[in-house]
Amino acid sequence: MVNSKDDRGAVNCEQMWQEISNYIEGEVDAGLRSAMDEHFRTCKSCSSVLAGARNVIQLYSDERMIDEQTIEVPAGFGRRLEKRLAQSARVRSSRWSTWSAWLVPVAALALFAGGLHVANSMTSGPELKSEHAQPGQGIPPDMLVVVTADAKVFHVPGCEVIHNKATERTLTAKEAMAQGYVPCLRCLREYLHTANAGHTALESEADADADEEIVSSGR
Amino acid sequence: MAEPNVVLNNSGLKSPAQGSTTREQELISRVQRGQNELFYELVRPYERRVYAAALAILRNESDAEDTAQEAMLKAFANIRQFRAEARFSTWLIQITVNEALMRRRRERTVLMEGIDDRRDEESDYAPRDFADWREIPSEALERKEVRLKLADALATLDRKYREVFVLRDMEQLNIQETAEALGISVASVKTRLLRARLMLRDLLAAGWEQGWFSRLPFEKGNKPW
Repeated sequence: MVNSKDDRGAVNCEQMWQEISNYIEGEVDAGLRSAMDEHFRTCKSCSSVLAGARNVIQLYSDERMIDEQTIEVPAGFGRRLEKRLAQSARVRSSRWSTWSAWLVPVAALALFAGGLHVANSMTSGPELKSEHAQPGQGIPPDMLVVVTADAKVFHVPGCEVIHNKATERTLTAKEAMAQGYVPCLRCLREYLHTANAGHTALESEADADADEEIVSSGR
Repeated sequence: MAEPNVVLNNSGLKSPAQGSTTREQELISRVQRGQNELFYELVRPYERRVYAAALAILRNESDAEDTAQEAMLKAFANIRQFRAEARFSTWLIQITVNEALMRRRRERTVLMEGIDDRRDEESDYAPRDFADWREIPSEALERKEVRLKLADALATLDRKYREVFVLRDMEQLNIQETAEALGISVASVKTRLLRARLMLRDLLAAGWEQGWFSRLPFEKGNKPW
């Protein structure tokens, strides 16, 4: 019923089965794809396997497949999540209230003590991975950012100057800074001393060059 | 100032899974504007997906629950950074996968899979059934029995095939992300994915022959009216 020997072209049925998943993923080269297309045209069994595999993917990728019958979430999951979210919202709220309450006296104290010195002493953090870079100021600690292997900068997800994307990993700005990463000159410009809303195209190019330098010096 | 309180809200908004994405976008923008109490309603339809993704990576129910919840808390804290160009579910799953990976690294849960990993490279799996495949239409998923049959079929696969299939074909991670999430090679992901898909195809083809899917809605003699 199934030919193990190739009598139709370049690939036999066994080879077809090994490659069928890659074929569906579009991960076979043009030569193999055309040989497989030819084989599918003439081999009913392999066409049936292909149709079935595609149907499997289509059915299981349907969002209805992840429902209360098919995925059993531990009892009370939702209740516990709600509770944790409520706690988190309260903490954020009280943190803001505390900050608001302290804002005025702290600002006054900062002015009194000659604010710049205070600010400088507070920014001494981990050793930065790049000596060319600035640590950045006022970056929300919980902001999700991405870093890549061997690079020294962190980016907002989707930043156009991320290198080596395959190694991208996400963490919070606080974690990135604690590990010595520095903000990208392009996507996190607003948090750098050089922040300047009216910067020119020429400056943007210079930024990209500088960013490139930071990244490549990490390799 | 009134304390924000995250509770299940009965505001009349339909859940995103049932309604249009416009509803979801509306919920997102309301949460971004500070209506924290709507966040749980926003993520509730994705609880299972988030949990399933965490479980596929961590293989432990209690770690998976904790990680799934941590991921949702992180999403809550960062909701203002969510951009409408991305799909909310993808963003949420990505946070979950990263959270699960970090946890695994932190706890140094070494995956003792080296030997298995090599063994399944020598895949000699062949499909068992060559009968003409009759396509099971997506409408069949409306029926709970069909969903359960599909879930049962998936549950019969060995874990190493099931978790690859769940992350790639159900959670829609790409091959590279799946490999990273499971700490295995891209080649292993491809081999396992092939086997998972073909094994499920065999199971479903056999099920088809046994009449699992025969009572489809609107089929002759089975009209719902």
